[in-house]
Amino acid sequence: MRMNGKLFSCFSLSLVLFLASSVAQAAAAQVDPMNQLNVNLKKVATDNPDAAKDGSHDATNEGTLVLQAPKAAFGAFVKSDFGNRVDWVQTLRSGKINPRADRLDPNAELDTVDFNIHRPVKGFMPDVIFPHKQHTEWLKCQNCHDSIFIPQKGANKISMADILQGKKCGVCHGKVAFPVKTSTCKKCHSQKKDTAALIKKLSAQ
Amino acid sequence: MFSKIILRGASKVAVLSVLVAIVWFAGDRAAHAEYGDVVINNYSDKIGMRPAVFPHWFHRIRFRCSVCHADLGFKFKAGGNLINMEKIMNGEFCGACHNGEVAWSIENCAMCHSGTPGTPTQIHNSTAQRLVAPAYKAPGAK
Repeated sequence: MRMNGKLFSCFSLSLVLFLASSVAQAAAAQVDPMNQLNVNLKKVATDNPDAAKDGSHDATNEGTLVLQAPKAAFGAFVKSDFGNRVDWVQTLRSGKINPRADRLDPNAELDTVDFNIHRPVKGFMPDVIFPHKQHTEWLKCQNCHDSIFIPQKGANKISMADILQGKKCGVCHGKVAFPVKTSTCKKCHSQKKDTAALIKKLSAQ
Repeated sequence: MFSKIILRGASKVAVLSVLVAIVWFAGDRAAHAEYGDVVINNYSDKIGMRPAVFPHWFHRIRFRCSVCHADLGFKFKAGGNLINMEKIMNGEFCGACHNGEVAWSIENCAMCHSGTPGTPTQIHNSTAQRLVAPAYKAPGAK
């Protein structure tokens, strides 16, 4: 009797699974591809692919297979869930990498500065706090000043459209430093506002 | 016995539909290249060389950004430096290190000229490449 019960539950489970999968398949066959989920989503299929499979390298070129594979290099690095999947700032601070600050001198160091710039922004977006520290651990002042940013508070007009088009912060962010996407907004827009007061103010208008 | 067969069949169908879904969603919309890799094809295609592919991440592990972008004068622009082999031989741009002293020397053509022919100059997987619609402009913005 117990055996029969087991058999029955097994049978009904398989029936449900079978029906569910065939219903899903039938549904997928009927829905026009244009109406499928995420038609516009440009998904990264493989993180850190080898050079031979990354879509830009020619696998038939003799040198391609000699190149170091990103995955082999990144093994012990601090992880993130965007860009290279590497948190470069934390990886540098952890000592897992020790990139030279000079082409020839392995002991050269960069002059880091540690002060933040507060940039008020409109609406409900949290204000931007720009930290000089992380940036000067990698870069020299002249990399940004004055060609990209005027070194004067409030003198730089920055918009997200500029950044997305590769200007201002977008010279690096979105290309080689962490990209612009939902999960990274708060890395820059990090100072929360009094949203209740803002709602009150906007509702009174 | 009968239920086992059905279960096996159902799980096969389930696995198959998951696979179909993965292939469907990951197919041609997927970006593969490593984030930040630069393809430089100002002249290569026209000359009959494979375009050069610069692995940003590899260099970043070994050098701070400032070494190339401040000390060596690389502009922050894919294809914007108009690098050619004469400049490299003269010790400019890549030639500052790829001289057999700091890094391997330039007779190893295939190490850089490794791109698929016809690949245009670009930064792979950039935010701009992955935008679904053009960048937003506020009403009235120029």
